[in-house]
Amino acid sequence: MTRIGVVTEQGSETRVAATPATVKQLIGLGYEVAVEAGAGERSSFPDDAYVAAGASIVPTAEAITSDIVLKVNAPTDDEIAQLRPGTTLVSLLSPALRPDLLEALSARGVTAIALDAVPRISRAQSMDVLSSMANIAGYRAVVEAAHEFGRFFTGQVTAAGKVPPAKVLVAGAGVAGLAAIGAASSLGAIVRATDPRPEVADQVKSIGGEYLKVEVDEVMQSTDGYAKATSEAYDRRAAEIYSEQAADVDIIITTALIPGRPAPRLITAADVASMRPGSVIVDMAAGMGGNVEGSVAGERVVTPNGVVILGYTDLASRLPTQASQLYATNLVNLVKLLTPGKDGQLVIDFDDIVQRSVTVVRDGETTWPPPPVQVSAAPAAGSATKADAAASAAEPKPKRQLTPAGRAGLIALGIAGLFLLNAFAPQPLPQHITVFVLAVVAGFYVISKVAHALHTPLMSVTNAISGIIIVGAIVQVTSEVPAVQVLASIAILIASINVFGGFAVTRRMLSMFAKGDRVSS
Amino acid sequence: MPETLTPESIAGAAYIVAALLFILSLAGLSRHETARAGVGYGIAGMAIALTATIWVTVQDAWGEPGSLLGLVLLVVTVLIGGSIGLWRARIVEMTGMPELIALLHSFVGLAAVIVGWNGHLDPPALEGALADIHHAEVFIGIFIGGVTFTGSIVAFLKLSARMKSAPLVLPGKNVMNLGALVVFVALTVWYVMDSQLWLLVVVTALAFALGWHLVASIGGGDMPVVISMLNSYSGWAAAAAGFLLNNDLLIVTGALVGSSGAYLSYIMCKAMNRSFISVIAGGFGIEAPAKGDTDLGEYREIQATDAAELLKSAERVVITPGYGMAVAQAQYPVADLTHKLRERGVDVRFGIHPVAGRLPGHMNVLLAEAKVPYDIVEEMDEINDDLATTSVVLVIGANDTVNPAAAEDPGSPIAGMPVLRVWEAENVIVFKRSMASGYAGVPNPLFYRENAQMLFGDAKDRVEDILKAL
Repeated sequence: MTRIGVVTEQGSETRVAATPATVKQLIGLGYEVAVEAGAGERSSFPDDAYVAAGASIVPTAEAITSDIVLKVNAPTDDEIAQLRPGTTLVSLLSPALRPDLLEALSARGVTAIALDAVPRISRAQSMDVLSSMANIAGYRAVVEAAHEFGRFFTGQVTAAGKVPPAKVLVAGAGVAGLAAIGAASSLGAIVRATDPRPEVADQVKSIGGEYLKVEVDEVMQSTDGYAKATSEAYDRRAAEIYSEQAADVDIIITTALIPGRPAPRLITAADVASMRPGSVIVDMAAGMGGNVEGSVAGERVVTPNGVVILGYTDLASRLPTQASQLYATNLVNLVKLLTPGKDGQLVIDFDDIVQRSVTVVRDGETTWPPPPVQVSAAPAAGSATKADAAASAAEPKPKRQLTPAGRAGLIALGIAGLFLLNAFAPQPLPQHITVFVLAVVAGFYVISKVAHALHTPLMSVTNAISGIIIVGAIVQVTSEVPAVQVLASIAILIASINVFGGFAVTRRMLSMFAKGDRVSS
Repeated sequence: MPETLTPESIAGAAYIVAALLFILSLAGLSRHETARAGVGYGIAGMAIALTATIWVTVQDAWGEPGSLLGLVLLVVTVLIGGSIGLWRARIVEMTGMPELIALLHSFVGLAAVIVGWNGHLDPPALEGALADIHHAEVFIGIFIGGVTFTGSIVAFLKLSARMKSAPLVLPGKNVMNLGALVVFVALTVWYVMDSQLWLLVVVTALAFALGWHLVASIGGGDMPVVISMLNSYSGWAAAAAGFLLNNDLLIVTGALVGSSGAYLSYIMCKAMNRSFISVIAGGFGIEAPAKGDTDLGEYREIQATDAAELLKSAERVVITPGYGMAVAQAQYPVADLTHKLRERGVDVRFGIHPVAGRLPGHMNVLLAEAKVPYDIVEEMDEINDDLATTSVVLVIGANDTVNPAAAEDPGSPIAGMPVLRVWEAENVIVFKRSMASGYAGVPNPLFYRENAQMLFGDAKDRVEDILKAL
């Protein structure tokens, strides 16, 4: 039976990779679970609770030699040395920043799955550890700030005098930023937020913040769900905003991170100096170089003018029970994906984009980086359908499981038929057929990427255009045969209903389509 | 005037311009940003084509006594037809759009039939093989036009509920359809050898009968594909008329419409997991469910006020509308509801099944009419994976497109059809008039799921009740 080992974290880490609740789920997937003695203690999950959930409590050496090892932080060299070759290790690995670690793991001959490499696509949201940890860290940042801050967050009018509300600036409205905005505004503070992606304005507003827009003529477009580096003009204007805000607000929480690069410097020493004594800055990016000049990773710093700068890098671990719970649940969701048979057999399917992305070492072979994943919906199916369309253009009859050769044969037959027809038919038929065939192909290609919402307008405009039959009737209306004249007039009448009606109705329909920002309430 | 610059050569040049404008028009209609310009191109193309044709006709006919009457007729009929068209387009309800489009298709079909008949009554002076080809063209043009005409009429009648929408199932219908084609080929050969008027009468009747039967044997639920298919047929009819009249503009335009319509039908067939050929052949209507009386369990009812509570506390809401929303004209209150919920910070989106409603994109048109921003209106594939993390799904007048049987019950008549997996959401509220089954006549196990609740009554009234409660 496949055994999963849950290892106690080293150093000051308070989180644990499995909770009693997730142990139960893992057992439900067909695994046997062994928890190292005391692993959950710092997250308030006693050994008894694990036993009650069905796990066995084992010493370190036994937990780490399991078939699958679950951890929170990347393993130390000691721990790597204890892993058995062939083991599957699941933890945070920062594969982009720690090539040495990947090397060590592949040298050890294990399979390593990085929970922090889950792609940001909807399907993988339930496994996105970075988001769930950022959420906790954002909340905790506000709590830490409130702890340092000498005043209320909310404004009050009391018998002892009026208390103004605290003003909070949150830089970066990602998951952590949004969590911080939500927490600060529910404490009653006035919250402002900045972010280079204008589309987050609504999200900021929705949880009680005010979005400060950086007015420059460029729009950030994010294809992978993360913020990117910004342009010079933008940075200049943003720096002005930060300087203005620093002088005004009481608390600044910075969350700006760019994947694979040092954190951008947002708040300068001069900005910090302009803040009032007693103000608090939480630099959530301190571990990556810091958004704030003067912040020190993992430290509390007090500036000469009495501003407290917190550079804590373990914000999520400061809420150990909550963090363990979410981390462990993300982890179970991943294990669920990797155990399709629910039979205790871990299977990694490299055709699945999520599984491909998280697997950074497979059986001792480094598989990082994975092929890029696009979050924005792209018309990836375009080329495939086009090929299909071309095939059915040449051969509109059904293709009941035709072999490629059979299909090619049919197409060749069709082309040969056309050739013969054109070669032998008297003029002007060949010319007409040429025109006809080319137009058929044009018709296919020209609408091959039509947006679904436009099907109806498209159909009604093609309907109006097919009213072109009116041309045929017009040519006939001057005939000398009275019967033909009468019939042709009828044809003109109904065809012109079609032409005029079709275009008018299409225009009417299109005038209704509107994009959200142009709609007045 | 030099020999090279004749009225005909000028018209020919104008036709090229018009044809290009039509291509631009279709291309423009493929994207939101260019759609309006697309219509503009179409109108310009049509204006150029008409002007050129009329000018050439006038040039040719001027001074001939019999022709003057024709010119008068031309002006009068265009004026009358144009005003009828504009008038209908202005007053039509957006929910009545499918019927209008079906009716307009039938006009093209009928016009094609008439043009074909005229080709027989006033034949050009041709000899030998060319005369034979002309005869074949007359015959084919009439046939395609006839099928389009009656097929569209039946689609119109079904959509406007003047005719029962259930599929007509005649014994041996496939043999009948095939037989009609064989007879048509035989008649064509006969007519080419000996062009008798009565043969035209017979083929017209045959085409009318075939068109009628093809569409009558298709169930109402599959109407979106049928409309698109008829659209394609009307294009082919115009192309056939072009061959008949030696007119390249008609050929190009007809072929454009025909092939784009066929491709659109093909896209939709794929969305419904149907075979393209069975649509073209007609009569792919769904057979009566074999096990309609299985006990599916108990359904639960919910009141509008409770539904409002549920929506208030929801984080993410997805609305999946269907034809029922169109019937009840509920798109305005639905848009209001969306707006209110979004103001409260609820993430509201729409999930549109590719064949929701009675013609492709029907729901999008209705929602656009009610000013729902189109960037929250998503396609089935975009939203299906998110449904599992959605707090509340409102199913408004949709049935078959959210039927879990399609995904889970291999014996179901709609098995394999891609559906919106609304049953994965935390809560599902189904707006429905009664417990009757949907268009396809298939019972829907969704209504009996534990996370599903029924909100009975007219969709519009119920949505308004929810709005009041909010």
